[in-house]
Amino acid sequence: MNLTLLILLPLLTAVVILLMRSGVQVKWSALIGASAQFILALILFFAFRKERALGNEAQMLFELQYKWFPSWHISFHLGVDGISVAMILLTAFVVIAGVLVSWNVEKMTKEFYLLLILLSLGAYGFFISLDLFILFFFLEIAVIPKYLLIGIWGSGKKEYAANKLALMLMGGSALVLVGLLGLYFGGSENTFDLLLLSKIQIPVIVQKICFPLLFVGFGVFTALFPFHTWVPDGHSSAPTAGSMFLAGISMKLGGYGCLRVATYLMPEGAKEYANLIIVLSAIAILYGAFATMMQKDLKYINAYSSVSHCGFVLLGVGMLTKTAIAGAVMQMVSHGLMTALFFAVIGMIYERTHTREVNEMGGLIKVMPFITTVLFIVGLCSLGLPGLSGFVAEMTVFMGSWQNPDPFHRVATIAACMSIVVTAVYILRAIGQTAMGPMNERYLSLQDARWNEKLAAIILIVGIIAIGIAPFWLNDLVTPAADIIMQKIAGK
Amino acid sequence: MNEFLQIQLLGIFSLGMDLGWALVMIPLLPLLGFLLLGLFGKKFLKQSAGIFATLLLAASAFLSLHTAYGYFFKYGKLEGVYQKIIPIQFTWLQFSPGVSIDLGILLDPISVMMLVVVTFISLMVHMYSLAYMKGEERFPTYYSFLGLFTFSMLGLVMSSNIFQLYIFWELVGVSSFLLIGYYYDRPSAVAACKKAFIITRFADLGFLIGILILSFYGGTLDFNTLIEKLTSTESTEFKTIASASFMGISALTWALVLVFIGGAGKSALFPLHVWLPDAMEGPSPVSALIHAATMVVAGVFLVARLFPVFSMSEVALTVVSIIGIISALFAALIACTQTDIKRVLAYSTMSQIGFMMFSLGVSGQGGESGLGFTAAMFHLFTHALFKALLFLGAGSVIHFIHSNEMKDMGGLRKYLPITHITFLIACLAISGVPPFAGFFSKEEILLAAYHHNATIYWIALATSGLTSFYMFRLYFSIFWNKEHIAHGEAHGEGGLVMMLPLIVLSVGAAVAGFIPFGEYVSADGKVLESVFHLQFSIAPVALGLVGIFTAMWMYKKQNNRPDSIAHSMNSFYKLAYHKFYVDELYLFVTKKILFNLIGRPAAWFDKNVVNGLVNGTGNFTLFISEKAKGFQSGKVQQYAIYFLAGVIGLAVLFIYIWK
Amino acid sequence: MMEPGLYHVLFISTALFFIGVFGFLTRRNLITMLMSIELVLNSVNINFIAFNKYVWPNKLDGLFFSIFVIAIAAAEAAVAIAIIINLYRSHQSIDVENAEDLKF
Repeated sequence: MNLTLLILLPLLTAVVILLMRSGVQVKWSALIGASAQFILALILFFAFRKERALGNEAQMLFELQYKWFPSWHISFHLGVDGISVAMILLTAFVVIAGVLVSWNVEKMTKEFYLLLILLSLGAYGFFISLDLFILFFFLEIAVIPKYLLIGIWGSGKKEYAANKLALMLMGGSALVLVGLLGLYFGGSENTFDLLLLSKIQIPVIVQKICFPLLFVGFGVFTALFPFHTWVPDGHSSAPTAGSMFLAGISMKLGGYGCLRVATYLMPEGAKEYANLIIVLSAIAILYGAFATMMQKDLKYINAYSSVSHCGFVLLGVGMLTKTAIAGAVMQMVSHGLMTALFFAVIGMIYERTHTREVNEMGGLIKVMPFITTVLFIVGLCSLGLPGLSGFVAEMTVFMGSWQNPDPFHRVATIAACMSIVVTAVYILRAIGQTAMGPMNERYLSLQDARWNEKLAAIILIVGIIAIGIAPFWLNDLVTPAADIIMQKIAGK
Repeated sequence: MNEFLQIQLLGIFSLGMDLGWALVMIPLLPLLGFLLLGLFGKKFLKQSAGIFATLLLAASAFLSLHTAYGYFFKYGKLEGVYQKIIPIQFTWLQFSPGVSIDLGILLDPISVMMLVVVTFISLMVHMYSLAYMKGEERFPTYYSFLGLFTFSMLGLVMSSNIFQLYIFWELVGVSSFLLIGYYYDRPSAVAACKKAFIITRFADLGFLIGILILSFYGGTLDFNTLIEKLTSTESTEFKTIASASFMGISALTWALVLVFIGGAGKSALFPLHVWLPDAMEGPSPVSALIHAATMVVAGVFLVARLFPVFSMSEVALTVVSIIGIISALFAALIACTQTDIKRVLAYSTMSQIGFMMFSLGVSGQGGESGLGFTAAMFHLFTHALFKALLFLGAGSVIHFIHSNEMKDMGGLRKYLPITHITFLIACLAISGVPPFAGFFSKEEILLAAYHHNATIYWIALATSGLTSFYMFRLYFSIFWNKEHIAHGEAHGEGGLVMMLPLIVLSVGAAVAGFIPFGEYVSADGKVLESVFHLQFSIAPVALGLVGIFTAMWMYKKQNNRPDSIAHSMNSFYKLAYHKFYVDELYLFVTKKILFNLIGRPAAWFDKNVVNGLVNGTGNFTLFISEKAKGFQSGKVQQYAIYFLAGVIGLAVLFIYIWK
Repeated sequence: MMEPGLYHVLFISTALFFIGVFGFLTRRNLITMLMSIELVLNSVNINFIAFNKYVWPNKLDGLFFSIFVIAIAAAEAAVAIAIIINLYRSHQSIDVENAEDLKF
């Protein structure tokens, strides 16, 4: 399996979209491109499993290395481990669903789809690069389209939101860049190569300086408290597919970076700041959940709940145990699928009722059984119902966190556990007010989901349930990779 | 490692594949019903959904009876002790070496007994609903939810792993949520289903933390291994968990109390009971199945499942018995004052579960002292029969009269003869009148309490008197009291489909007491000879009869005695009528404290402080650039001066200062 | 009569430079400002020639540089006058005070 395909395919799709004339052609070529990505991701997944089953124990599989900028030791180095494969699968799921739900975009269709595909290009590139420089390059590619998606196709305070999001994310990337340069010059090797960097000893003082830079820089992407404020505004102003990509993919870039770059390369730094990370993420989990409780706009509800759920990712990373790290990755995948689906459903409801205020809805089960069923499923997934992906991920994080025997970690874990109650409160409140209750007369004539919306929802639900009822495949994928990270942290 | 469907056939006995698959089918058949009806019910199975689900459940019930027969009479016993058999188990999610969530089936006396109870009651409810729910718009949805519930409950009782139990624990919670909210357009139903879910979720938090503690010290999540490790005083696991302490209480006690909180939430014990009466918003058959016979006893089941571990901690058992007895008395008092018949039954359920709980609390591990355990399980069994019967009977009454309120009823014995007889049998059974089922199980509970703790015994005795009073208050108010004025109700009792479950259950409620329960179910798996003391039974039976006659005196004919008695105990009556204001307390805590003191400030803080910081950074940048933009005046000559000044400045710097 | 030496020439070129700078800073007319810039450039040219002649008489670098400067000055004058003409067309004035649109 050649990993460059993952970059070339979106690129090709983008070019094809540029050449298309009518909106219909654009949509179909985007859909075909997204389906091809989806199939490619599945092929990658099975090829990866096959390699592992054949006993290939290399840390990274399908490695490729081209010279790119030899004088600065930058090479185009690609490769995947279990964590990357999981993230690529997630991206493929979200992309195809995002393309499907945007079927009705009338305004500048070509540009819209082009940006979506470009964003996916950036995400794939980010997840497969093993050279920090090209990793950063793809990170930036994934940021720019978001600004335009929100600024042009958004709603509400879209200019404000787009500016805020782009500036905060750019600020995050600036910190990342500084941190990367620190790694480049601070290590003995003058290299951006991730695998090389992982083998050399980076001086502890460099780690202590660079770790917070990188962690906070990537943390901004994944809603690290208190740098999470772009999340509610950005998500609520973005168009449906934009929110899905933002929450489903972009926030995961940060989590992946925190884990793969910051924590993996700088274990001493991670140990130094682990307690701070735990405190911040425990705050994010509870505080996000409580803030969600007071929201009335469905998109704000999901955005704040994303803050809370992404807290689990960082909590898992901060706990520094193998199980917790595996749980963090699972939570990334789970949250990506779940929140993309949630935003898709909110988009569907909004398109029909023209409001996102929960108080103005009610009894929607009657007119849109499909959409409300999906709303129930995604809500229950969010509150951690067994059989859906959220439960598996959260429980893995809890179990991993609990392996630290000291009171500090215990308290943080219990605080995180408490969020399952608060989550239940706000999710049931949202569902109860939208789907249940007496119906508003003016919604009587609304239609249920169309084929494209149904297909998008079903794809994501399949992902959620596949993790929920058979978590072992994801666990088997992620745990060996988490184990390698943990061994590095443990100093073996 | 975890290849999907790589099912390991374990077990002390080679059970053969047949039994394994038959066991797997017991929960999977209702699940199949859930999936098929949920996905295709609206289109293809609109009319036949009920029949379809009922047939599936009948098959499931048959298989469980078959299993029970096989377990109790064929292969369950080894050298006089009932074994814990795990015929099927596979790893579902591996956390760390030794600690994994396994899905499996654990057969032991209590799980087999629960299998029978759950499938049997569920079958009755499925059948009853065929007529009761007929014509509902979401008929297939109703049956698919019932299927989901039955599947989850069966999974719960068969769990071989504490985390598996937690998984199904949550699933029964959500099916209960869905079924309470079945009439989704009634605001009261929506509020009730949210309340039920959130309160049980809160309790589950305790359960989850309890599991975390147990798994940390036990090093496993598997029931058998966990129990084995934590009950032998020699093992290192037991030594660490018993010696580790937090706030002066050992980790073992903490874990068990937290697990018990989970059980108390599900079983609606004081003070986590407030959701149960509201849950009566669901359809009556649902109340019979979930909120009377099966799901609410899950807490009792949980304690029974972990009973060997509980018996290692005196404190935990004391907590169990105290909460149990408080709930029993508290609920019985409230039940005497309620006027909604389903609410009376709900409080009665809570009270009976309290009985089971304190019975477990006063029990010892084995031999004679294990009477409490057997009694609790026995009572669970008989209670499921007669309480399901009571709810189904109440359903018939409500179906007939379209009201839940006692004041709308009276004199119905002529209109609903079969319901009347079966209801009477159930009332006699719950009141402990010999030879009905409740008599035997309650006797054992009282006996166990008598041997263990006198205070608990006396309170329990009084409560059992109250039980017969409020049950017969209900009975007389519905079927006697004032004469019913016919409004020309079109339908009678609902035909054979509705009556058959009532009759079957009433037979069960009448004769189930003669089952020699101690032979099959006991704390240590050995046979427990049921001892029967005639002298001992005199007091409870007499008290029960007093309760019945008091109720008869007050409610058989219309009179003003109830009012005057209520008047004479004015303040106390009011307190009980308002359910001791526990609901109001909850409302205060959630609305005032949770929302206003935590939620609102958090949202405010986010909007103003955190977001303010971000906006502030932006504004600060704007401010600086506003100040700095004066340099960019557009005046070319001004620029030239800056330029010149810069050159001169640099020249001075390099020539004179920085030589 | 004394031979004019390097210092004399440098004195002249310095004077010319500052006259140019003064003119650039004080004049409002863009043409005059352009002429001032030419003065500045020419003072530089004089410096180049002078240093070439007096310090390294057997090299030609200074001469070449001054020829470059003259060429650039010519090009610059052409561009600048084109800008000034365009400015005059749009603003009806070649007063630098009126050409302040390029700010902030």
